[in-house]
Amino acid sequence: MSVINSNIPEGPIEKKWIKHKNEIKLVSPANKRGIDIIVVGTGLAGGSAAATLAELGYNVKAFCFQDSPRRAHSIAAQGGINAAKNYQGDGDSIHRLFYDTVKGGDYRSREANVYRLAEVSSNIIDQCVAQGVPFAREYGGLLDNRSFGGVLVSRTFYAKGQTGQQLLLGAYSAMNRQIARGKIKMFSRHEMMDIVLINGKARGIIARNLISGELERHSAHAVVIASGGYGNVFYLSTNAMGSNVSAAWKIHKKGAFFANPCFTQIHPTCIPVSGDYQSKLTLMSESLRNDGRIWVPKKKSDSEAIRAGKLKPTEISEENRDYYLERRYPSFGNLVPRDVASRAAKERCDAGYGVNKTGEAVYLDFSSAILRYGREKALLKGIDQNDENKVKALGKDVVKAKYGNLFQMYEKIVDENPYETPMMIYPAVHYTMGGVWVDYNLMTTIPGCFAIGEANFSDHGANRLGASALMQGLADGYFVLPYTIGEYLSDDIKTGKVSTDTNEFKEAEKSVADKIDALLNTNGSKSVDYFHKKLGKIMWNKCGMSRNEVDLKKAIEDIQKLRSSFYKNVIIPGDKSSYNESLCKAMRLADFLELGELFAMDALKRNESCGGHFREEFQTKEGEALRMDDNFSFVSAWENNGDISNSKLHKENLEFSNVELKNRSYK
Amino acid sequence: MKLFLKIWRQKDTKSKGSIANYEIDGISPDMSFLEMMDVLNEKIILNGGDPVAFDHDCREGICGSCSMFINGEPHGPDRYVTTCQLHMRKFKDGDTIYIEPFRAKSFPVIKDLVVDRSSFDRIQQAGGYISVNTSGNPQDANAIPIEKESADKAFDAATCIGCGACVASCKNSSAMLFVSAKVSQFSYLPQGKVEATDRVLNMVKQMDEEGFGNCTNTGACHVECPKGISLDYITRMNSEYLKANIKK
Repeated sequence: MSVINSNIPEGPIEKKWIKHKNEIKLVSPANKRGIDIIVVGTGLAGGSAAATLAELGYNVKAFCFQDSPRRAHSIAAQGGINAAKNYQGDGDSIHRLFYDTVKGGDYRSREANVYRLAEVSSNIIDQCVAQGVPFAREYGGLLDNRSFGGVLVSRTFYAKGQTGQQLLLGAYSAMNRQIARGKIKMFSRHEMMDIVLINGKARGIIARNLISGELERHSAHAVVIASGGYGNVFYLSTNAMGSNVSAAWKIHKKGAFFANPCFTQIHPTCIPVSGDYQSKLTLMSESLRNDGRIWVPKKKSDSEAIRAGKLKPTEISEENRDYYLERRYPSFGNLVPRDVASRAAKERCDAGYGVNKTGEAVYLDFSSAILRYGREKALLKGIDQNDENKVKALGKDVVKAKYGNLFQMYEKIVDENPYETPMMIYPAVHYTMGGVWVDYNLMTTIPGCFAIGEANFSDHGANRLGASALMQGLADGYFVLPYTIGEYLSDDIKTGKVSTDTNEFKEAEKSVADKIDALLNTNGSKSVDYFHKKLGKIMWNKCGMSRNEVDLKKAIEDIQKLRSSFYKNVIIPGDKSSYNESLCKAMRLADFLELGELFAMDALKRNESCGGHFREEFQTKEGEALRMDDNFSFVSAWENNGDISNSKLHKENLEFSNVELKNRSYK
Repeated sequence: MKLFLKIWRQKDTKSKGSIANYEIDGISPDMSFLEMMDVLNEKIILNGGDPVAFDHDCREGICGSCSMFINGEPHGPDRYVTTCQLHMRKFKDGDTIYIEPFRAKSFPVIKDLVVDRSSFDRIQQAGGYISVNTSGNPQDANAIPIEKESADKAFDAATCIGCGACVASCKNSSAMLFVSAKVSQFSYLPQGKVEATDRVLNMVKQMDEEGFGNCTNTGACHVECPKGISLDYITRMNSEYLKANIKK
């Protein structure tokens, strides 16, 4: 028997959530007023959870390191949010969304959680519309949809290329209403430094005021971690500069298991790296693959000429272009899942067909979409469809209305006009499917400590489908956690206010203060960024899009060496009692330097390829990922025992009784 | 590229600040403005100095964190971009660049280029929401069709990133563009109409209490707004405000 219990309710999958909801213990409104909940992070998951918990009557304390909860990185999500509404009448259903998500995740997610996610997806859209989220609409006034990768229906709701922004502003407005009522106490520019356990239960956190540098004790009856993913372990990613693993890692070190750390999503359509100074990568939404076609030249000589600046992509004729996704995957074409599209781009570039200076870019081309839309508009307006200039102008207007902000963003960064010449794109680290292990109630292995949104591991398996991150964040925060947390808190109604004047709080605060002092006193000669960039290089080269045993073993060694060098050679300017960004960065990097090692250990242990985890030793003849279901149909849940190399692996076996476990095919 | 930087340095809210001079070389035109600042800070750190503090996070123009006043303009010389999207190709080799924080009484400086914009949060807490609880059983999302034009206008207003460039660009430090965008985002939608009267009154009241100046229609805010928020929203808010006052 494993020490972990996923607490999945009995019964058929369609009935599990309803039954569970009906049986969850309730906390009376009067008792809720006496219960405090801490929420760390105010993105879609944390923001929606904080607002909903406060609406229910709990006293919420919300924390974010940004200057306003509205700036959490969910704001940058572009393309859309999935929901099984079947407004398009194209055969969508809860079961289909469930099936697509399990299959898209390459059969490494927990069926019961994914089914629940699909089940509540429709509620999210209803809730957001009621809050005033301005989703895109058709001329008839009804909601519009588009398609995302890995599915054959149109179930994605969107607000141009700013869906995350609009949804987060919705959750933020719900929070504002509760802040005004005094039910949420908001702590902006605060960062969680550690969790405090009393008798094994989560009872509070130590937070640092980022302006004054003061350490603060905050108590609660439960702690919710909604601090997002850890893509920045790669240094370069589409995450915000401040996105970090620290809250999740601190609870891991205090007893929360960390699941599937090696499951990382490398997104196929990002603006390629341009130089060593690069601080982050910018995503070009997957929604662009609805209309954009991905290609490289068929002839290697053409690619070489492009790289040398002697040939332009627009000068290459149709028959000399290799639309490799359409060629390899005729039924899904440009809309294959992200892991498949990323590997295919890498394959072409490694083979010498890349199209930018470094040879690490492919084209995303809108010329045929512009013509297609233009002809449609011309017909509607009674304009001659053979007038190419007019058709193009009309088509550009349509494309602009759909993706205008993305095209503008591209133009500002790359200094090329994507309406006239194809975009150059390359895969980049985007999302982490792995995260804190949680049970069906979203509780970690620390009683009273919950993890929601990207911070947990549960719904996306080894690869997340596009437009599903927003869905999961809001599902967890609006519709799952507010119910399931009651099961735990119903035993806590007699506890009363938790005091911060205890040894547990004192010790936790002291150990944080000691760590800060030690870092500030290192007096080395290399900046925090120097070490972060080094770590990023190790991760990208050895734990990136493809991995192998030799490299992973080397990565573990390299990270250990880098970590010890960091503690000897880092220099952190300034002091602890004022605004000090270098100190914040150093604290976060210290955790990334540990997570990186566990990441590589996990990748080494998983002797199969699945989703975003591609082990070169395990591939089919066609170069597709080769799963080893007999030995690896499990979630890796790592327990920390001090030293990272001593971490203990627990396995949660995955059972598939509602979808057939078979090879994923998008051909 | 070689550049001469004149940067506002201020230890904390209470201290007096001043301009400090820096020289920096080897800047690529493809760098973003903040990447140039990273290079500068790396240099300062390795020389044992205190790096320049500035707000930044997403570095793709959507979170609204970055807030520099560059050569007399919020977010610098380019249009429809935030500082993080501004690229060095907009400057010339040998240029002198003045970098200051967003200045307004309601945006006190925290350190160097970092300012406190929590006044914006408080304005939204005063009414920037629709009072609906999360229940899982509101109306179906398609129950009320919304004219595409209204939905699009609500969306355009809602694209405001709350950076505060409008305030920084205004000679009166007025927050009217920001507040009007927030008010309009809701009032264009049927769901938001129910509370429209109280919303506009409460948000404007809070705006005044925060110490923002009044609008004298110079239009500088619209020119400098990285998201191109339209002045029409100010007109709309004024008319809503007038109606609300008559009603109450």
